[in-house]
Amino acid sequence: MTSHAVTANRLTDGQVVYLTPARTWSEKLHASQLAEAGDDANALLQSAQASVEARLVVEPYLIPVDTDATDGQTPRAVGRRETIRAAGPSVRLDLGHQAAQE
Amino acid sequence: MPLAKDGQLIDDPWTLVADGAVPPAEGALLVSYATWTEHRDALSRRNAPLGIRLDSDQSPALIADDLDRFDLIALDIPVFKDGRAYSYARLLRERYGYAKELRAVGNVLRDQYHFLHRCGFDTFEVATDEAADAWWEALSEISHAYQPAADARRPILALRQARTEHSAPPRPDTATVAAGWAY
Amino acid sequence: MYRYDEFDHTVVAERVLQFRGQVARRLSGDLTEDEFKPLRLMNGLYLQLHAYMLRVAIPYGMLSSRQMRKLAFVARRYDKGYGHFTTRQNIQYNWPRLDEAADILDELATVEMHAIQTSGNTIRNVTADPFAGVAADEIEDPRIYAEIIRQWSTLHPEFSFLPRKFKIAVTGAPHDRAAIKTHDIGIALKRGPDGETGFEVFVGGGQGRTPVVAKSIRGFLPKRDLLSYLEAILRVYNQLGRRDNIYKARIKILVNEIGVEKFTALVEEEWRHLRDGALALPDDEIARIKAYFASPAYLDIPGDVPEFDSKLLTDPAFGNWVGSNVTEHKVPGYAIVTVSLKPEGGIPGDATAEQMEAIADLADAFSFGELRVTKDQNLVLADIRKSDLFALWQGLRAHGLETPNAGLLTDIIACPGLDYCSLANARSIPIAQRIGTRFGDLDRLRDIGDITLNISGCINACAHHHVGNIGILGVDKKGTEFYQVTLGGSADENTTIGDIVGPAFGEDDIVDAIETIVDTYLGLRTDGETFIDTYRRVGLAPFKETLYAAR
Repeated sequence: MTSHAVTANRLTDGQVVYLTPARTWSEKLHASQLAEAGDDANALLQSAQASVEARLVVEPYLIPVDTDATDGQTPRAVGRRETIRAAGPSVRLDLGHQAAQE
Repeated sequence: MPLAKDGQLIDDPWTLVADGAVPPAEGALLVSYATWTEHRDALSRRNAPLGIRLDSDQSPALIADDLDRFDLIALDIPVFKDGRAYSYARLLRERYGYAKELRAVGNVLRDQYHFLHRCGFDTFEVATDEAADAWWEALSEISHAYQPAADARRPILALRQARTEHSAPPRPDTATVAAGWAY
Repeated sequence: MYRYDEFDHTVVAERVLQFRGQVARRLSGDLTEDEFKPLRLMNGLYLQLHAYMLRVAIPYGMLSSRQMRKLAFVARRYDKGYGHFTTRQNIQYNWPRLDEAADILDELATVEMHAIQTSGNTIRNVTADPFAGVAADEIEDPRIYAEIIRQWSTLHPEFSFLPRKFKIAVTGAPHDRAAIKTHDIGIALKRGPDGETGFEVFVGGGQGRTPVVAKSIRGFLPKRDLLSYLEAILRVYNQLGRRDNIYKARIKILVNEIGVEKFTALVEEEWRHLRDGALALPDDEIARIKAYFASPAYLDIPGDVPEFDSKLLTDPAFGNWVGSNVTEHKVPGYAIVTVSLKPEGGIPGDATAEQMEAIADLADAFSFGELRVTKDQNLVLADIRKSDLFALWQGLRAHGLETPNAGLLTDIIACPGLDYCSLANARSIPIAQRIGTRFGDLDRLRDIGDITLNISGCINACAHHHVGNIGILGVDKKGTEFYQVTLGGSADENTTIGDIVGPAFGEDDIVDAIETIVDTYLGLRTDGETFIDTYRRVGLAPFKETLYAAR
C-alpha cells in the first residue's frame, strides 16, 4: 500500500502546504497526516474541503508519499514535481521550503 | 432566474417555449431558433410580442433578415469563457441596427457586466437577486475605454481629438523625449 | 518612448483598483477559486508550483531607467530579490503574495506599467523588434504601431473571452527580430505601391503542440486601417475559433481547418463593414504617438573612433564582447549593445534587483535613460556612443553582466520549467546550465558561431523550441525527465519549424547529444556557414546518424 498526504497551496501567499493530523496546514511534508490509498486517503482529502471553504488553501489534492530509505519513517515526496514542490526550485537551493529547513 | 436592467430587478413577462412544443396563441413568447424556423409562419401571424433565444453557436446572421419580427433577442452564454455573444451583440447593434431588448442569459457574472453592456446588452439574467446589486459599481470601475463599441461611451481617441480641438496638442517636445524620463 | 496621458493613467489606475476589489472579494469569500482564477489570470497572476507568479508586461520591450528601477524595487520589496525576463518581453516575479498583488500593481502604475492581459484568453502583450528605431535596415519604427495596438487591445470589451490566448508582434525591418511568423498575428511594416508605408499582415502562426508558420493574408494594408483590420480578424476568430478543445482553439487551427483563402475572404468581408468606422486611425493620432518615438538627440560625431579601435586591440576580453554583443547602429559613432542575461551556469533571463539597478544607471549614463528587453531574454542598450563602449563594458563587468555570448550557443533561451512552472513536465534551467558549462570555452563558442538553442519544459513551448536552430523539449516518461531534440528551426523572416531527430534523450545524455550535434556541424560546414546554413544544406540525416550510431 502506498501512503498518501494531502497538499495544497495557501491562499494568501501561494506557499506549498500539507495537511497535518490536527487538520492544520504545515509547510513541512514530514508534519503531514498520512493515509493509505483508497478510502482512507479519500476521506483525508475530503477533510481538507473545510479549509477550502474557510479560504485557507486552494485546490487540495492527494500525493503519494514514500518513507526515507535511511530511517524508514520520514515521509518523502514521490516524483520530480512533488519533490520540487516540497523543497523549492532545484536551481535555487536558497529559496523555497528547503531554504528554511537548513 | 432573476432578470436585471440598470441594476434593478425587473419582471420577466416572457414565456420560454420548450423545443418541440406548439407555441401558444397568446402572450409574449421566447422561442429557440429551431422553434422559429419550424413555426415561422404561425409565429409571424400572431399579434403578440415575439422573442428569440440563440445558442452560442448560432450567429445572429441567421436571423438578420427577420430582425423586425423580434422584440427580444436573448443570447446564451453557456459558460462565461464562451465569448461569442460579445461579437454577436455588437453585430446586432452596430451592423444590423437591432434596437430592442438584447438579453444576456446563462452564465452571466458580475465581472462581465461592464463588457457585456459595452457590447450592447441591456438586460441580464443573473443567478441571484443580490447579483444585480453590484451593477453600477461594475459599470463605473473603468471610466474610459480605448475602443468604440455599442454603448454611448466616447472612446479615448475621440476624447483626445476633442481635447486637441480646444487646446494645443500635448505633444512631447523632442528635448524631453531625448533626455529620457524627466518626471 | 511613449508616455501616458491622463486617459492612459486613468485606465491603469482604475484597473488596479478593480483588481484590488476582486482580490478582496476572493479573500472575503464572495468569489470561489473557480470564479477568481480567470480574473486573476487576466491580470497576470498565476498560481505556480511554489507560490503565485506575477507577469508584468513590458510593452514591445521598452523600459525607461525609472521603470527598471521600479522593477528592481518590486523584486526587493515584494519578491525575493530577482525577476525573470521572458521570451514575450515580460518580466515574471516568482514569489508575490496574493494579498500584496494589488500593491505591486499600484507601484507599477506610478511608472506607467501594468500586468493587464499578460494571461488569459485575451490579446496579450504586443511585442516588437528590440532594435526598433536604431536598426539600419528599418522601414519605420514598429513601436508606434505596437503602442497603438496596445491601447486598442487593452480591456477590449469584445475580445476578452477569446477561444484562446492571442499574440501579436510587429517588425519594422525586413530582417525580422520579433519572430512575427510565430504569432497569431504578425505585422511587418512595408512600403506600398506609392512609396507610402503600411503593413503586410500574417495570420495563424503559433507554437505549442501544433507549430505553424503564419501565412500572409494581406500584402499591403494602409496605416489608417490597422485597427479596423485587426478587429475584423479578431471578430472572425472570436466567432469561429474552436472552443471544444483547448489544443485546437488557437487561430492557427481555424486558418488550417477552413483554409487561408476562406479565412482571408471572411476577414475581408468583415473588414468591409468596419474600415470606414470609428476605428480608422486619424493621421494626427499616428503623429501624436510617433512624436514619442522621435530619435534622441544624437551628436554629429565621426563613425570612426580611434580610442575604441585601440581598446579592441589592447583588451581582448573587451574585443570578444564587442564581437558578439555589439551591433551596428543606424547613426555613425553609435552602437547597439546586447546585455547578456546568460552567464555561464546561470539561469537564463534572471536578473537580480542589484543588476536591474546597475543597468538602469548605465542606461542613464550612456543610453538616454532607455533600455529594451528581447525575446531572447536579454537586455539591450540601444544608443551607446562607441567612445563610451569601454566604460559601459567595465560598468557591466562590475555586476556580472558582461558575458560575451549574445547570439552564440550559450545564449540559451529557456523557460522556467519544472523548477517553477505548474504546467511543466521537465526541468529546463538545469539543462541550460549544464550546456552553458560544457561550452564555457570562449574560443570554442566563437568558433561554433551564430546559433540559437531553445529549451522548453513542456509542449506549450514558452522557450520557442520549435524555432530554435537546436530545440530541446522536456517530456515526462513515467516520472522521469526526457528531452526531445529538434534541428533546423529558425524564428527570423525565413521562419522554419525544426525537425525531430528521433527518440528523446535522458537527463544524463542530453548534453552529450548537443555536443555531438555541434561536432557534426563543425565537421560538415564549409567556409562561412552558420549552423542553420549547414543544416539547410545537409538536412537531418547526418545528425541522426551521429546521434544514434552508437545506440
